[in-house]
Amino acid sequence: MSLQLEHVGFVQGPDTLIQDVSLTLARGTLHVLLGATLAGKTTLMRLMAGLDKPTSGRLLLDGRDITGVPVRRRSVAMVYQQFVNYPTLSVYENIASPLRVAGVARAEIERRVRVAAKLLRLDAMLDRMPAQLSGGQQQRTAIARALVKRAELVLLDEPLGNLDYKLREELREELPRLFAETGAILVYATTEPAEALLLGGDTAALSEGRLVQAGPTAALYRHPLTLEAARVFSDPPLNELAMEKRDAVLLTEHGDRPAPAPLLGLPDGRYRLGFRADAVTVGAKPPGSLSFEGTVSVTEINGSESFVHVDVGGDAWVCLIPGVHDLLPGASTALHIDARRAFVFDAGGALASRPVLAEAV
Amino acid sequence: MTRRIVLALYLLVLALPIYWLVNMSFKDNVEITSTLSFWPHRPTLEHYAHIFQDPAWYGGFLNSLSYVALNTVISVVIALPAAYAFSRYRFLGDKHLFFWLLSNLMAPPAVYAMPFFNLYSAVGLFDTVWAVALAHCLFNVPLAVWILEGFMSGVPREIDETAALDGYSFPRFFFRIFVPLIANGIGVAAFFCFMFSWVEQLLATTLTTVNAKPFVAVMTRTYSAAGMDWGLLAAAGVLTMIPGAVVIWFVRNNIAKGFALGRV
Repeated sequence: MSLQLEHVGFVQGPDTLIQDVSLTLARGTLHVLLGATLAGKTTLMRLMAGLDKPTSGRLLLDGRDITGVPVRRRSVAMVYQQFVNYPTLSVYENIASPLRVAGVARAEIERRVRVAAKLLRLDAMLDRMPAQLSGGQQQRTAIARALVKRAELVLLDEPLGNLDYKLREELREELPRLFAETGAILVYATTEPAEALLLGGDTAALSEGRLVQAGPTAALYRHPLTLEAARVFSDPPLNELAMEKRDAVLLTEHGDRPAPAPLLGLPDGRYRLGFRADAVTVGAKPPGSLSFEGTVSVTEINGSESFVHVDVGGDAWVCLIPGVHDLLPGASTALHIDARRAFVFDAGGALASRPVLAEAV
Repeated sequence: MTRRIVLALYLLVLALPIYWLVNMSFKDNVEITSTLSFWPHRPTLEHYAHIFQDPAWYGGFLNSLSYVALNTVISVVIALPAAYAFSRYRFLGDKHLFFWLLSNLMAPPAVYAMPFFNLYSAVGLFDTVWAVALAHCLFNVPLAVWILEGFMSGVPREIDETAALDGYSFPRFFFRIFVPLIANGIGVAAFFCFMFSWVEQLLATTLTTVNAKPFVAVMTRTYSAAGMDWGLLAAAGVLTMIPGAVVIWFVRNNIAKGFALGRV
């Protein structure tokens, strides 16, 4: 049981919104669509739902071609990022709406709505109108409506973006479990790599309407096969360094450095080093690291960690260091890249060398 | 204080002609033509009684009400799907067509009186309330389309999509979900159709002779050899204002919300 996208493309006017996406979404697993805003996540979901018809390629549900089947005749539920409810119906009727249309018996509707409302803590609001609810409650109403329908395909488009922090944490854990119980193919779109990692399952990384890489979420995070995939799956943005390896020396525009041990095995040539914020540190130089001088541009303190943004001769890098640090903007500092945890991409953007310490990444 | 005085003066100026009309309708013709009296010294209901007893008079009133009601219903019913199409679909020339609709409101009705007269005579619609009701669609349908399109475009497209995802058939979605959402817009559109159809005179009088004679046409009968029947005319004028006032009363909440939300 699966939904299969075969070379799906979508062109609207002069814009190519989705380009040749092939993807298999199996039942029972959570599928995360990861990508920045405008990467095509929503468009791809609309194509999966049947709200838009792909301009090329096919959609197969359990091997059956459903490309042209109108959305009304499919078994799909979708939750939009911006909560959408029927303003003239009460919360109860909003949740019950797909069941009423399907002609489900009154008692069964009552039962399912109560269960969904309890799970999403809407029990006390059932008689209210959507406009009388907070944004989070409205979004939960929309989620409850998707839940009661027990659709075969459930599409959640950044469903928790508008919720407060605590509720997000709870629902992020509960939602996949709730929908998994209905046996649906669950697709969850998010812009945040951290959320994808928390959700687990499989991830499809999207960039500019193309599928960059798909696979188990953790594997995708550890082993991006291209520079683009690494960029999509990095928050803060991936730090990059253009370099040329010649024998045992790395030539960079910030000066030449002896190649650290993990990079010695590379054939000579031009590369791009990609390293996440936690693979670079400031202060004392650890042995075997690649060091550069830079100027602090800003420091963000995030709980017990600090993100230090450093300008290195025109390259903006972000460095994650444990503890609360208050490096003042303009201060000069030394940056040390842990070469064992850096990705090396060749000139074409393909992975040339994996980090030695992959499991630590 | 100054503001209140100014406001009171303003309302007084606005209300004066209406008061004078009501005042006249309760006087007899001698009192109207001889003295300046600010209220009826010998109040009488004879003019109203006359109108309600003479079939030519109340028949005219009913004719007017029927074609106006017919026209309002036809206009709104035709405009609903048209406005939905303009609001939700992009098609070749949609913007031009939308503007062309408005251009129908720009020509004076007199331009259309002749062709309508000839056409309706040919198909046997002449001198029926349908003739007037359909003729008034010429400017009321575009108007209703414009008003409704504004309201419909204010409803997020995602609502339509959610309904489709939920499995609603289009008609069920349209009447169960969509129409209640634009109820204010329908109220505003109906109000304007009613008003324009009610005050329009030229087409209404040109396209009818005896059977479907509108109220305004009956009013011209008061010019007789004996002079003008002032009191009767005033009573007819008062009656003419009542349906408009009633409609405003019913849609007053819609209008207040409607002007804030919709285009109009």
